[in-house]
Amino acid sequence: MSRLQDKFKELAAQNKKGLVIYLTAGMPDIQGTIDAVKMAEKSGADIIELGIPFSDPMADGPIIQAASYQAIQRGMTLPKVLDLVREIRKFTQVPILGMGYINNMLNYGFEKLTVDAREAGIDGFIIPDVPHEESGEMKQLCKKQGLHLVEFVTPGTTENRIKETCTTADGFIYCVSVNGVTGVRKIDYTPINNVIENVKKQTDTPCAVGFGIGTPQAAQEAAAKSDAVIVGSAVVKLIMENRMEEAAGLISDIRQALDEKVK
Amino acid sequence: MAKGRFGKYGGQYVPEIVMPVLTELEAAYEKYRNDPDFLAELKSYYMEYAGRPTLLYYAERLTKHYGRAKIFLKREDLLHTGAHKINNALGQVLLAKRMGKKRIIAETGAGQHGVATATVAALFGMECKVFMGAVDIERQKLNVFKMKLLGTEVVPVTTGTSTLKDATSEAIRYWAAHIEDTHYIIGSAVGPHPYPTMVRDFQSVIGSEIRQQLLKETNGRLDYLIACVGGGSNAIGTFYEFRNDANVRKIGVEAAGRGPAVGDNAQTLSNPASRPGVLHGAYSYLAQDDDGQVIEVYSISAGLDYPGVGPEHAMFHDEGTVKYVGINDQEALDAFQLLSREEGIIPAVESSHALAYLEKLMPQTTSDEVVVVTLSGRGDKDVQQVAKALGEEL
Repeated sequence: MSRLQDKFKELAAQNKKGLVIYLTAGMPDIQGTIDAVKMAEKSGADIIELGIPFSDPMADGPIIQAASYQAIQRGMTLPKVLDLVREIRKFTQVPILGMGYINNMLNYGFEKLTVDAREAGIDGFIIPDVPHEESGEMKQLCKKQGLHLVEFVTPGTTENRIKETCTTADGFIYCVSVNGVTGVRKIDYTPINNVIENVKKQTDTPCAVGFGIGTPQAAQEAAAKSDAVIVGSAVVKLIMENRMEEAAGLISDIRQALDEKVK
Repeated sequence: MAKGRFGKYGGQYVPEIVMPVLTELEAAYEKYRNDPDFLAELKSYYMEYAGRPTLLYYAERLTKHYGRAKIFLKREDLLHTGAHKINNALGQVLLAKRMGKKRIIAETGAGQHGVATATVAALFGMECKVFMGAVDIERQKLNVFKMKLLGTEVVPVTTGTSTLKDATSEAIRYWAAHIEDTHYIIGSAVGPHPYPTMVRDFQSVIGSEIRQQLLKETNGRLDYLIACVGGGSNAIGTFYEFRNDANVRKIGVEAAGRGPAVGDNAQTLSNPASRPGVLHGAYSYLAQDDDGQVIEVYSISAGLDYPGVGPEHAMFHDEGTVKYVGINDQEALDAFQLLSREEGIIPAVESSHALAYLEKLMPQTTSDEVVVVTLSGRGDKDVQQVAKALGEEL
């Protein structure tokens, strides 16, 4: 069992919804990211999605694009992200997933990355520009190191693709709430909820809903059918503006909303 | 198994959101690529609207200038909108129409592909948005105005480096949010499958016509084929027909800019420092730094100024099917002036890179040999910039 699987098991046993918080590695700086992880966990985050900055983040909206760009300008690199995780592992066993684009990883060497990531304390990867079709070899390499490679479904994912994804999915399934990119906005969760219901019939792998969730109310709505919600841009925006206490407040409010919902 | 591979290159490295629409596009393209009605309609637009077939012009004075092999120019510069880009834009808009799409989007750097797309959108009465880096909008005001005149909305992109690669990412993001009613016309033979194949097919009319036309001009003889390479659409369109003709030496000319240092050129294949990676959905050669961040490349020619290259070129490079070389800004400027003076043809600064390679090639040729250079576009758009580079005040 991995840290991630243990966490979902623990959440299920407590009848709680999971809260995944996305943080861009290197924002506002390396120490700032370490502080942000501590803050997020203390405020109620169950899982950390650590963004590995890329120059051309195709699936991200304006906030995370800007955070990635600034982190690169400030010298963040993939090896430094691994060092950052080693530092984080000195104080917490919170599950950490590296979220990044495939080019940095291929450049590092994917096999070497899986070995080094495991040693550093990463539990798996989320790679938005690697759809199911392209994931085969990477999935194998991750598995060899006991790492998860998270797969995606969206409101437009066809019946057949859902089926295929469910047979290989592990860790959790990233359920993209809406067609588009990351960033806070009002979303109708009905289409993705229908997809989640379909997924649930085919696999026990937990479902986490992400994209657009920035308020406690939105988190409650997104958690209706899923096991967890992912909050990114809303938190990253506050961190970029050095409003760490407000970020902590937002995470606790979302935590509370998720816990109330289940009670 | 991954689809759309050229050897190990290509593929579909896109967010899951885009996969259904790529699958839809792939199915539509498979259905229509050999459909007689589709091909007949495309051909009629090529002939009646764009001005195909384009001339294969014997450049007698340029030939005399070098005093060696016979030089022919494939005159894509004579097409409507002034470059080969219209071949692809027409093919894709016809496909979009058959797929029932209401809106066209595109990315553009210099604005040539943007103008071609805006043109076909106007022709078919479709809504059109073109994504363009804020830096490029400032550099290419004339093309921005042309697009507006054609009824297109030009969307400024201010993320990243505010240039072509960022405009491409932004177009993909917009597409992801509007997949139901929108078709994305990628301007070069890049991007996820099926784009590199589809763009190549729509551009390969260039090579097919060259083969036909040479039958009459040289009894079919061809020794050298030269085209410039940015993303590589006019080059793949030129070379594809001749890919199995081992006796035809194919040369792709990249922009060597102002020097070999990182960021000073736009060479992805002819630069020993560049290596494969993934950008905008495809695995191909890529200009990137040690950490795998895509770098901003440079060329005097905005149309060659792209950090990636089409995946089929990457395969041709590895196989040795095509030789890729670099021509710097100054060499291109010299060729720009030479063709203007010798033949009364002002070439695009992109195409001038292909022409400039003649300086290196011609001394090795003999008078019985035949060289064809694809003149991908005309140089009106570049006159102001070239004047500036030559120190002239306009």
